Amino acid sequence: MPTQDPKGRVCNFSEVALGYSLANALNEAERCIMCPQQPCVKGCPVEIDIPGFIQKICDQNFRGAYDVITDTNLLPAICGRVCPQESQCEQVCIVGDHLEPVAIGRLERFVGDMAVAEGWTSEPYIEPNSRRVAIVGAGPAGIACAADMAKAGCEVVIYEALHRPGGVLSYGIPEFRLPNDIVDAEFGKVIDLGVKVECNTLVGRLFTIEQLREEMGFDAVFIGTGAGYPKFMGIPGEALNGVLSANEFLTRCNLMQAGQFPQKDTPLHMGRKVAVIGAGNTAMDAMRVSLRLEAEKVHCLYRRSRVESPARAEEVDHAEEEGVMFHWLTAPVEILDDGNNNVRALRCIRMELGEPDGSGRRRPVPIEGSEYDFETDMVIYAIGTNANPIMGQTSQLELNKWGYIEADDQQRTSLAGIFAGGDIVTGAATVILAMGAGRQAARSMKAYLGILDPEDMAVSDPDRPRIFGIDARQRNYRRVRVAA
Amino acid sequence: MYDIIAREDFSDSTFLLEVKHPLLAKAARPGQFVIVMCQAEGERIPLTIADFSCEQGTVTLVIQAVGKTTLEMQQRCTVGSALYAMVGPMGKPSDIGKLGKVACVGGGLGVAPVYPQARAFKEAGAYVIGIVGFRSKDLIFWQRKFEDVCDELIICTDDGSAGIKGLVTDGIEMAVEKHPDIEEVIAIGPPVMMKFCAEATRPRDIKTTVSLNPIMVDGTGMCGGCRVSVGGEMRFCCVDGPDFDGHQVDFDELMRRLTRFREDERVALERWSRNQGCRLGQEQPAIE
Repeated sequence: MPTQDPKGRVCNFSEVALGYSLANALNEAERCIMCPQQPCVKGCPVEIDIPGFIQKICDQNFRGAYDVITDTNLLPAICGRVCPQESQCEQVCIVGDHLEPVAIGRLERFVGDMAVAEGWTSEPYIEPNSRRVAIVGAGPAGIACAADMAKAGCEVVIYEALHRPGGVLSYGIPEFRLPNDIVDAEFGKVIDLGVKVECNTLVGRLFTIEQLREEMGFDAVFIGTGAGYPKFMGIPGEALNGVLSANEFLTRCNLMQAGQFPQKDTPLHMGRKVAVIGAGNTAMDAMRVSLRLEAEKVHCLYRRSRVESPARAEEVDHAEEEGVMFHWLTAPVEILDDGNNNVRALRCIRMELGEPDGSGRRRPVPIEGSEYDFETDMVIYAIGTNANPIMGQTSQLELNKWGYIEADDQQRTSLAGIFAGGDIVTGAATVILAMGAGRQAARSMKAYLGILDPEDMAVSDPDRPRIFGIDARQRNYRRVRVAA
Repeated sequence: MYDIIAREDFSDSTFLLEVKHPLLAKAARPGQFVIVMCQAEGERIPLTIADFSCEQGTVTLVIQAVGKTTLEMQQRCTVGSALYAMVGPMGKPSDIGKLGKVACVGGGLGVAPVYPQARAFKEAGAYVIGIVGFRSKDLIFWQRKFEDVCDELIICTDDGSAGIKGLVTDGIEMAVEKHPDIEEVIAIGPPVMMKFCAEATRPRDIKTTVSLNPIMVDGTGMCGGCRVSVGGEMRFCCVDGPDFDGHQVDFDELMRRLTRFREDERVALERWSRNQGCRLGQEQPAIE
């Protein structure tokens, strides 16, 4: 896929990956062999009919391709950009056994971008029922659940604590990887379904989950609040000015536009020599934002090696092209001060890989006596998050031992009618996994509310693919509703 | 948008806003705070809730104009205007136990948020000693409100123009001399004041609760900017606090962390003052 030249792009916040041209897309779509096994569909957390939409692209029926995707995923322009396709649909693509797999994510983005440009919407005919559903958190999980419930005819209200919807799509993922215009355009389609959004609403504190059900008249609730609560390491010097979490750094830059200080009010106090600890997608985002905010040097420290890095391969490549200096097999041991409460340097130790640990990855072991210092004035922690405690503090919901909400594979929590999904259940994961959980929660919610879900119907009764005279395969089942 | 329905100016720099938000007024408890944004592109600033009224559906905030955002609020937030955002109540509510005798200490801007605590303790049946400190007589506010909920009220002024001449720590000394059976001291104010309040009660081992005010962005536990050291452990003020045991808090670290954006704050203020075409704000009002 064409990208902006690394030299030029580190000076701007415009998108790095430029997207397919029409010719690129048609060529790439032709590479799909339309295998009957369709492993890619199973590889997708929301099971998009991938060969279906690729066929439509081949037929140059782009609107048709969009309709196929939005049957299961309302946000193709977002997911095409941020899904880790190489470990999902593209990993199991049969073409990939011998050649490069079909670039499914890029094709999805191509269709999504075209829909944004053309202003397409796929507003189904919705027959309202009398059910009311509350969604806590306007991030990927909440958006996915809200869309499905709205399509089923429910009155849906999303509550968001920040002043802008989108969750991690707004505060976390930077402009050059996911432009805000795209987030706004795709989120607008959820609003078009009749979903209401209430920002500046901290559920748990303003009212509780239980109050939503008992006093505010909601029949079901979905919690998708995300993980939050960034981790630090507990090494000396973490309280120094210039040490911050990637969450704080990215929130200041993306949501609050601190890069434009003092034109915008929120300060950042950008460093010149930045050290980012961790090598996941969040770390890559923090480093690449730093470069665009004119950091002279950006270092990445990771205690394992490049192979174990949890980031999308493309992000690591892009970060390297842009000039990030990677220190693989390196861990920080102390942050040193300049005598004035600011960061002066980072003391590190080299690591080597030992036996595999519980995660199957080889455990990093420090090499004794290999400590060294390097100069830095800003240290950003991107080593993951712990569970946000607000839901646990304010409700009777059962939590697991790490503080995440306990939910079964149907996304049901310990309280009837309350569902949860995304990072607040699994711990930090990806946008598409959160969306998958949101959709699963919507399926369970429909069952709980007694709303017919013909997807399940078609599966449970394969010999009778007609529901009330309508062919289930037409996928216009949204017109069907059965009272509880 | 959140309508401002009343405003009162206590001094050149300190002012009170009553903001309409019936749900928040109903949910608020003593000790909690809100985050407000004056305008769409503004900063998110945390403010402790100074009062709340279920009947009127309002939340009261007391603000000191010291930086760009608060000076701008002083100028813009008139009755009839509205805040772009107000979210809360945030943080854990204060623990209002059944106590015999408590001292509620407020210094400077901390006088306002200690009021709901004093009221709550009074309603819970405690004997409440209010200790409030101001620079001088002209800056005193809410004396009547405090008198209504306190069994005793000690006013301290730096220049002795009202009440006793001295700091709130002198007020604490007076109170504990007279009432050796004070079970808890609640202290709210600038960090240095809370630090010395905690030092004043430490020798007598009186439980001392302080309400911390570090720099924060989202206020929901997501950014970690508000981390503080309490008893040697890292805690997030927004979701683990804002109330902590004053004898355990590392106030020196908190004060160092509050200087994090000092340079940027100066730049923002100068730029704003320049754009105002006046010299206002070039000399920063001293923080008590």
